[in-house]
Amino acid sequence: MKPIRSMVLVSNDPLSIEHGAGDVFQALQAEIRRLGLAEDIRVGTIADVGDWEETPLVIIYPEAVVYSPVTAEDVPILVEEHLLHGHIVKSLLGKMHEPVGEIAWLRTRLGTLPVQQRVVLSRAGVIDPESLDDYLLHDGYSALGKALTSMTPAQVIAEIEKSDLQGRGGAGFPTGRKWAFVRSAQGQPKYVICNADESEPGTFKDRLILEGDPFSVIEAMTIAAYAVGAQDGFIYIRGEYRLAYRRLENAIQQATQRGLLGDHIFGKDFNFHIHLHAGAGAYICGEETALIESIEGKRGQPRPRPPYPPTYGLWGKPTLVNNVETLANIPPIIRNGAEWFHQFGTQRSRGTKVYTILGNVNFTGVIEVPLGITLREVIEIYGKGIKRGAQLKLVQTGGSSGSIVPASLQDTPMDFESWRKAGVSLGSGALLICDEHTCVVDLAKVILQFFRFESCAKCAPCRVGTQRLYQLMSEISQGRGAPEYLDEILVLGRDMELLSNCGLGQTASVAVRDILKYFRDEVEEHIYQRVCRAGVCQIPGSPPAEFSMSQQPAAQAD
Amino acid sequence: MSLEVSENQLDAIIRAAIEKHGDQRDALIPILGEINQALGYIPGEALGKIRRCINTPEEGLFLADSHLYSIASFYHMYSLKPVGRHIVRYCESAPCHVVGGRQVIQRLHDFLGLAPGETSADGRWTLFQTSCLGICSVGPVIVVDDDIYGHVTPQRVSFILAKYR
Repeated sequence: MKPIRSMVLVSNDPLSIEHGAGDVFQALQAEIRRLGLAEDIRVGTIADVGDWEETPLVIIYPEAVVYSPVTAEDVPILVEEHLLHGHIVKSLLGKMHEPVGEIAWLRTRLGTLPVQQRVVLSRAGVIDPESLDDYLLHDGYSALGKALTSMTPAQVIAEIEKSDLQGRGGAGFPTGRKWAFVRSAQGQPKYVICNADESEPGTFKDRLILEGDPFSVIEAMTIAAYAVGAQDGFIYIRGEYRLAYRRLENAIQQATQRGLLGDHIFGKDFNFHIHLHAGAGAYICGEETALIESIEGKRGQPRPRPPYPPTYGLWGKPTLVNNVETLANIPPIIRNGAEWFHQFGTQRSRGTKVYTILGNVNFTGVIEVPLGITLREVIEIYGKGIKRGAQLKLVQTGGSSGSIVPASLQDTPMDFESWRKAGVSLGSGALLICDEHTCVVDLAKVILQFFRFESCAKCAPCRVGTQRLYQLMSEISQGRGAPEYLDEILVLGRDMELLSNCGLGQTASVAVRDILKYFRDEVEEHIYQRVCRAGVCQIPGSPPAEFSMSQQPAAQAD
Repeated sequence: MSLEVSENQLDAIIRAAIEKHGDQRDALIPILGEINQALGYIPGEALGKIRRCINTPEEGLFLADSHLYSIASFYHMYSLKPVGRHIVRYCESAPCHVVGGRQVIQRLHDFLGLAPGETSADGRWTLFQTSCLGICSVGPVIVVDDDIYGHVTPQRVSFILAKYR
């Protein structure tokens, strides 16, 4: 490969495209060609940058200078000044008010944001995700090469077990143990599935991994297939993630052309094929057995478990189902060894975690940090504090099925172990930060509305329970609640947890349960005084919102 | 919009989809997706046509129209009714809700005069509620056809929609 002098990357997430990223890209190529620089400079694209007003972005390496927003008209000046004469075009710099997404990391490198430790997102925003060459230059496929040429499948699994990697889809199950189950399961053929049906509200970490570094997931699946003895793999990706789908399609095609996928990979007697399967809009398909049903061409309704997929999965065969983020951890572990992985995170929870920070904070976007940092650190360091200096009221972790954490628990370290003890699920990594102007009744209503809409209606506890919980909360929010409603909510919630067939019904009541645990007084105010202290719920005949707010002390978590 | 689909057109779409995705049961969802993509919805008569194309009883594959209907009606991205020229989707999940999504949705409903799932009488708009689109860092979010709009305020709603005729 011929060395290049500079690499120019244009953001092409959906938002950038709407703002003309395509024109900028074409103008850059044309201008670079016109000045005879095409041999020395490569133009590529990068994944999501997350910032709305300031797109599209043009990032020029090796200087890592970020220009935004750039229009096609800016391109001639940019190319001539920066790429021909070597001057930074100050007038196009730094219009970004708050760095978001990948840019947060660029800013980290430039020293203006706190350092993140990146394992799974180390390449996102740095390489061109549509170029296998780029991936190969950044350690790509060295892990698969190492596994295939110097390790037996059993050694691969042992290494993953030793790393203590836990599943990043929400449940935190030890990955190595799951692989070992599939390897030792009776039955042929075996399948590897990548669960990319990321639908938990507020979660988009998998989208960023797939858009920013699609080859890493393909490589990881290939390693997994070698370890468990599979020949076919499926990526089940949400129908809404069109860009990620196209990137994966391209990655599979390029890897197949180079012999890194398909028959006789690395010249070995090992064949692996990956099939892409797009979802069609169903939250429940993120549940692994529903996902399997959906690949088989059925309604995405979960199966009773056990039997679990490692013994009875796709078409009744042993199947490994791993989340995108879990898989993205595999190549670095194989490449650097389990010991290396232990430097990140805590004793009990190894590695990093990708979080999405959302809600009423100054910075919203994605971060990757070691397991074990606290919510307060996330909010103050990475979230840059609560918007407009308001007070933190609560954080919802892990999307709709996650827990509600009151401000009083914000110093608990975020790792699987500590949170399990505090009764909190780390879940998918979404952190929805809510300030004092949030009404807990209104929030509960929105969450229950979501479950009512997404319940697959297969089993009665979930089908009826989600409707009834919503109805009760809705009455309370309109000032028509009765005191006995609260008991009914708790009993119904417990029944759903115990009796529902799958995780959806089992976790649908978690948020309401937590709200009644930490904010019961506020819910009771809606019932007894018919007052919403945050002024969000419209209760007929109650004092106007401004009045009720000024009469109440700022909401405090107990 | 009363989109008239000719018999031949529908047959051609189904044939092409089967060509691309195969005629096994696991191709059903991709096939339905192709039809929905091409027409904006899945006409009722498509279900029987697909069934006749893929049933192979001798291989143990035998589906009834009701199987196909149950699949087509399960997934939210499919519509079983004709849709308007422009589809407006909004997300009502908590991340958009706490940053002002409630007011945006209210404004959308008022402006279009539609409830979720309804199509306007002039065939210009269809309004759908969608699940989280994973663009929450710029919430509240609405999607018109394939265009995504972030940081939407109630005031911006009419300006955004004015772009679509």
